[in-house]
Amino acid sequence: MSQWLTLAVNSISYGGLLFLLSAGFSLIFGLMRIPNLMHGSFFLLGAYFGVTFLAQGMNFWLAALLSAAAMAVIGAIIERFLLRRLAGQELAQVLLTLGLSFVVADACLMIWTGDPWQPETPHAFQGALQVEGLFFPIFRLVIVLVAVAIAIALWLLVDWTRLGAMIRAGVDDAPMARVVGIKVSQLFTLIFALGAGLAAFAGVIGSPVLSVYPGLDNEMLPVALIVVILGGTGSLLGALVGSFIIGFLYNFGQAWFPDLAYVILFLPMVVVLVLRPQGLFGKVVP
Amino acid sequence: MRLVTPQRIAAAIAILVLATLPAWVTDTYYINITSQILLFAVFALALNVLVGYGGLVSLGHAGLFAIAGYTAALLMEAGHGHLLSDVAGLVAVVIASAVFGVLALRATGIGFLMITLALGQIVWGLAYRWAGLTHGDNGVNVSGRPTVFGLGLTGATSFYFATLVVFVITVAAMALFVRSPFGASLRGTRDQPRRMSALGYNVWLIRFVAFLFSGFWTGVAGLLFIYYNQFISPQVAALTSSAEALLMVISGGSATLLGPIVGAAIVVIMKNVVSAYVERWNMALGIIFVLIITFMPEGLVPGSVRLWKLAWQGMRKQPAASGTLKEQQS
Repeated sequence: MSQWLTLAVNSISYGGLLFLLSAGFSLIFGLMRIPNLMHGSFFLLGAYFGVTFLAQGMNFWLAALLSAAAMAVIGAIIERFLLRRLAGQELAQVLLTLGLSFVVADACLMIWTGDPWQPETPHAFQGALQVEGLFFPIFRLVIVLVAVAIAIALWLLVDWTRLGAMIRAGVDDAPMARVVGIKVSQLFTLIFALGAGLAAFAGVIGSPVLSVYPGLDNEMLPVALIVVILGGTGSLLGALVGSFIIGFLYNFGQAWFPDLAYVILFLPMVVVLVLRPQGLFGKVVP
Repeated sequence: MRLVTPQRIAAAIAILVLATLPAWVTDTYYINITSQILLFAVFALALNVLVGYGGLVSLGHAGLFAIAGYTAALLMEAGHGHLLSDVAGLVAVVIASAVFGVLALRATGIGFLMITLALGQIVWGLAYRWAGLTHGDNGVNVSGRPTVFGLGLTGATSFYFATLVVFVITVAAMALFVRSPFGASLRGTRDQPRRMSALGYNVWLIRFVAFLFSGFWTGVAGLLFIYYNQFISPQVAALTSSAEALLMVISGGSATLLGPIVGAAIVVIMKNVVSAYVERWNMALGIIFVLIITFMPEGLVPGSVRLWKLAWQGMRKQPAASGTLKEQQS
């Protein structure tokens, strides 16, 4: 029983991390139609930035925010100066981001070496919460809280603000949004920067749990892909539900069928593709 | 149709050069590199069926490549003969292609690319994590090369000839495929899927069969690969390998027969040359990708021709040149 609960807590906290990663991916894909194969690289690079700041003795949350800000700037530069040149050419954009992801992965290997980095859990959140004889690691609960807070903030942003209305208009019909005076081009840069920043933030707060090592980018990217295929592109609710489904499958799969954990992860994607190709919460694109 | 065309003369010369290569290149290092180029050319040609003629960009082909390789390697390890293992490898790759095709062809364009990427990662995950079957990161050793018609393929030269034979068969199959009515209908589904479907063609089925065809030859390349390296590890199924194959197709120029072969040669030679001097092959791969996509999206061969023509025009008509360049870019 206690093993079940531990696994459930781990699943939820992993799902929270995945949400931070895939929310940006989903928005970028939904609004800009850019399948950003660099998203795993944003996660990895952000995590490396974070562990570097932490090694300097910086406060954990400050390091996460700083890393997210740095990544947002890098994301905006990539969008403005590279992806913008290829607007509308989806294939070229995919290949460009793929090429850049190799460059980033190799640069990280060069700078931070091949050894894994695992920063300490922040002091305030070390240890475990004890409820009726069951232990819950505090840090994992904190990850869940942060993810939920960001999910609510994103939901408020998208559903209840003027900016969010503009974003939704852009997702639904970019040319028409332009006609009514929405600067879709600036929104693109903003969304891309936001997505990159969120991925980096997830990378940093996930680093005490996952540790940071070469190849982490290629491990996270397909998972974000599955979440988005599962939840439906451009849908925040889809990303949230998809993240938790995948979080549970990943942790329980790894505990029960360690050999096949990776395959189990992909099964829901297969089922959704066959039964509902637009994803659980996706709209049918004409 | 004329029997003697410039292309055929060039092809004949190329085959003659390749067939006599070991006679004037004695260093086994270069012979092995040429074997590598030929086997990756088979892979690139197979991928080109989908990328070039079908307009379907797959990032999961390394998974298929690895399925053929792993199936054969594991059967050989279990003590089965070469013939049985190879046939089983090809059967496995065709079945896997059917599964990949059914799932990935729910979508086209970017959706297709993402699904194939995810499927390729499943294969990688299996190869890496299912250690009980695949030995995980340790990989599988392939004990030896087969003997075909009484000729052992252990030496570099004899293996080179075997690879060359397979390569020529592949090119012939591709040439037949491109000219066949089926090849024409596949190109039709790439350019005008709705019109093709209005004309009564089953667009899905055409793409599916093309996927099987592509998968089969990918499997052939996978078998050549395990015999060449006598070893297979999860790295073969990784996204990087799929991307490398895609780079071969795109850098040479997709939807041509020659393009993927040239691309395979470029990538293999660069990989060997670059790796000899620096450790950073992946970074070089990424930078080449970015440069090709930004400056020569149609591939090195057609791209060089275009840039050369532009430069030539520029030299002949100085004032008009800048105008044409801008028009080309915009």
